[in-house]
Amino acid sequence: MAALDKFEAKEGVDQDTVDAVREISTYKYGWETDIEMEYAPKGVNPDIVRLISGKNEEPEWMTEWRLQAFARWEKLEEPDWAMVTYPKIDFQDQYYYARPKSMEEKPKSLDEVDPKLLATYEKLGIPLKEQMILAGIEGAEDMPAEGRKVAVDAVFDSVSVGTTFQAELKKAGVIFCSISEAIREHPELVKKYLGTVVPVSDNYYATLNSAVFSDGSFVYIPPNTRCPMELSTYFRINAENTGQFERTLIIADKGSYVSYLEGCTAPQRDTAQLHAAVVEIIIEEDAEVKYSTVQNWFPGDEEGKGGIYNFVTKRADCRGDRSKIMWTQVETGSAVTWKYPSCILRGEESQGEFYSIAITNNYQQADTGTKMVHLGKNTKSRIVSKGISAGKAQNTYRGLVSMHPKAKNSRNYTQCDSLLIGSECGAHTVPYIEVKNNSSRVEHEATTSKVDDDQLFYCRQRGMDEEEAVALVVNGFCKEVLQALPMEFAMEAQQLVAISLEGSVG
Amino acid sequence: MALPELKQSATEARLATLSLPDGGCLEAARAAAVSRVQTLGLPDRRDEYWKYTRPDTLVTADTPSAKVFVSGETPIFDGFDRLKIVFVDGVFDADASDDLSLDGITVERLADVSAKDIHWVKDLYGVLEARGQTPVARPLASLNTAFATDGVVIHVTGKPSKPISLIYKHGDESSDALLHHLIRVETGAEATILENGPAASRFNKVTEIDIADGGTLHHVRAQGRDHERRAATHMFTRLGAESVFKSFTLTVNGVLTRNEQVIELTGDDAVAHVAGACVGDGDFHHDDTVFITHDAVNCESRQVFKKVLRNGATGVFQGKILVKEGAQKTDGYQISQSLLLDDDSQFLAKPELEIYADDVACSHGSTSGAIDEDALFYLRSRGVPHGDATDLLTLSFLAEAVEEIEDEAIAEELVTRLEGWLARRR
Repeated sequence: MAALDKFEAKEGVDQDTVDAVREISTYKYGWETDIEMEYAPKGVNPDIVRLISGKNEEPEWMTEWRLQAFARWEKLEEPDWAMVTYPKIDFQDQYYYARPKSMEEKPKSLDEVDPKLLATYEKLGIPLKEQMILAGIEGAEDMPAEGRKVAVDAVFDSVSVGTTFQAELKKAGVIFCSISEAIREHPELVKKYLGTVVPVSDNYYATLNSAVFSDGSFVYIPPNTRCPMELSTYFRINAENTGQFERTLIIADKGSYVSYLEGCTAPQRDTAQLHAAVVEIIIEEDAEVKYSTVQNWFPGDEEGKGGIYNFVTKRADCRGDRSKIMWTQVETGSAVTWKYPSCILRGEESQGEFYSIAITNNYQQADTGTKMVHLGKNTKSRIVSKGISAGKAQNTYRGLVSMHPKAKNSRNYTQCDSLLIGSECGAHTVPYIEVKNNSSRVEHEATTSKVDDDQLFYCRQRGMDEEEAVALVVNGFCKEVLQALPMEFAMEAQQLVAISLEGSVG
Repeated sequence: MALPELKQSATEARLATLSLPDGGCLEAARAAAVSRVQTLGLPDRRDEYWKYTRPDTLVTADTPSAKVFVSGETPIFDGFDRLKIVFVDGVFDADASDDLSLDGITVERLADVSAKDIHWVKDLYGVLEARGQTPVARPLASLNTAFATDGVVIHVTGKPSKPISLIYKHGDESSDALLHHLIRVETGAEATILENGPAASRFNKVTEIDIADGGTLHHVRAQGRDHERRAATHMFTRLGAESVFKSFTLTVNGVLTRNEQVIELTGDDAVAHVAGACVGDGDFHHDDTVFITHDAVNCESRQVFKKVLRNGATGVFQGKILVKEGAQKTDGYQISQSLLLDDDSQFLAKPELEIYADDVACSHGSTSGAIDEDALFYLRSRGVPHGDATDLLTLSFLAEAVEEIEDEAIAEELVTRLEGWLARRR
């Protein structure tokens, strides 16, 4: 919002107010870290795949795995079924590997990490210190110390910068490190699980990711362990013309529990950038994983220039009986989103939950939803999706609920609501429902409406301005999903809901 | 864009079995439809729009055979005062039909009309079908426009005293029928169209309906009898301002039925209701595909579909509400439900919304499950035998759809038929 930069406060309006307004009306994370980078040559080919594998000092089997994925990718066609349009991506006109020069020698501890990188995360509100309290969260001081710890794995372009609390987690038997480290240190686990939930050739972007993923996070929770703190990965794209391809692998062994948070931002640029991640989660008997995302990639400017193309494959495999996965996502960023966190409910009595808020404004496009594949008996799933569309944006919920013949006595409840703000945007719902046995019950409900005039009037009458009123109504509309978020995220998400809709009224 | 090889060859093979009827004034429309078929290619199992229904047997060059079912039961609507128009294996039967003259309506055979040079039919034939090809292709309808061998043209100018009843008889075990009807309802006019009968071994039917401002058309159809029959039907309806279209279809039996309804609300305050009930047993496969476009202000659309399935029967519902930019104050409602009477049956649904206007209220719901055990227990505890209780609950499940029919006598007739179907399966 260039206009605001030149804005001069009227007499009687204090500077704090102006600053506050300026802060919330812009994409806060659009700045760039000036740091010397090292790139692989532009484009993708077997040599680049080998180069990435080499940079990560991977064993031969991993290089081979990647090369096979690349060979498959070359034969695949880019999917076009989603309700999104964007100029054709030239996959050869971008970098697939970029790392800060200072990361050439892997730092042994956080103290050795380039201060510029640490400052970057500090500025993003994710200080890479093993501190007790997450910065910027009001009221967190009053909470018991145990509940406040969050271990962070910070990924900067193609590499993991550092992971906090590793020692403390190790005591509990939890492995939390970058995936490149896991491939070197825990090859038996990686070999056993990688690609078993999202197969190498699952889809176009997942296949590309399998070939060129540079880093990401790895989590292993041993049997009967409750992870002593929340785990979090923060992804930052900084370099220009660079795609980020991260890979996350989470394994929750029998009877374990973990809550995992994911955040992401990128600088403001005129050209679009590609982000194609794969997240695989394996959940064994009686284990539970809670996976929360606040996706805030740069959405492009008000004219729709630039932004991140977010093509992501996320899937959880509830292998064991009574296992449970809960996906919660707040999607406010990205120019184009193509994302369907899915649940394979294989174990008997396993449960899948999906809570989503997708907000699109200006020229953003989001095609997102979930798949609930019920394979085991007595499995349960619940989908709550809230899509909000403003400006000239398009927002699509696309989902699948499938009850296999053997998934007796299973249950699904789906609710997708869309809210339209403005007459030039679109909201769409494309659910697939497949029921192949009669003891299961499937219910699907969807509604589309606009912000209720009566509710707005009520707020306005009580002195709120129109944007505040809309933000309040929208927050109410999203309540069910916001409540499913961990506390740290819920606060951020609530603010994001207001920010993303800035300028959409009137 | 060139068609995939298999699709290309399947399309060519089918086209080779057909020959263009004498076109008369419809020659250009038929030729255009042929090129639509060539461009689109006939559907195959790889098409997204045919994800849940395999179109193979609707496309093959050879006609799959279907036994003619003979029963002592009186055909549906027999007791009604109506204007009968009879087709046997897709050919008009003048002897079995009534005299086609009736106040408020003109009925002509398609072949007779196409021989005349100037006729309103020329401006309608294939037009709504062609419009209905975007955004989703319906090539079987284009195939029909090109090669339809018979059909009627109905012009509703007033309020005829009785319903027009189209009866489709099936006589030949390997008949392949292509019928194309046109209906135009003038301003302020109102009529009821009834359809029934197994029609042919393979039946491809297109009806193009143009309802002028303030016109009303009721449509009730019963598809039943011969189990081995296959049918692909399309109804393309365009509604003017303040016009009303209400359609209901009952389907029992049939190894493959796909009914497509393509409705365009082009005038303000128009109302379109489509409903359907089906009961299927064994290798029954029934597909309701509905596409409703709201392109005017303050229109209402309603879709109510209920399916009862048993012994491995399959029910499909693909319904879409598209609200175009500017179609404010739209009220769109859609419900699709299935009752699975046993564990082998399946229900596959894709209820879609695509909305580009903000001041709308659209909703859809879809459910699937077995008979409600609590309700069953309630009835049993009051002395109702298990079979009766199941039938009662099944009928009440279907009732919401049947209630969409305005004419009570017709609705009652359908319920009687449903009761008979259930009783025969006890």
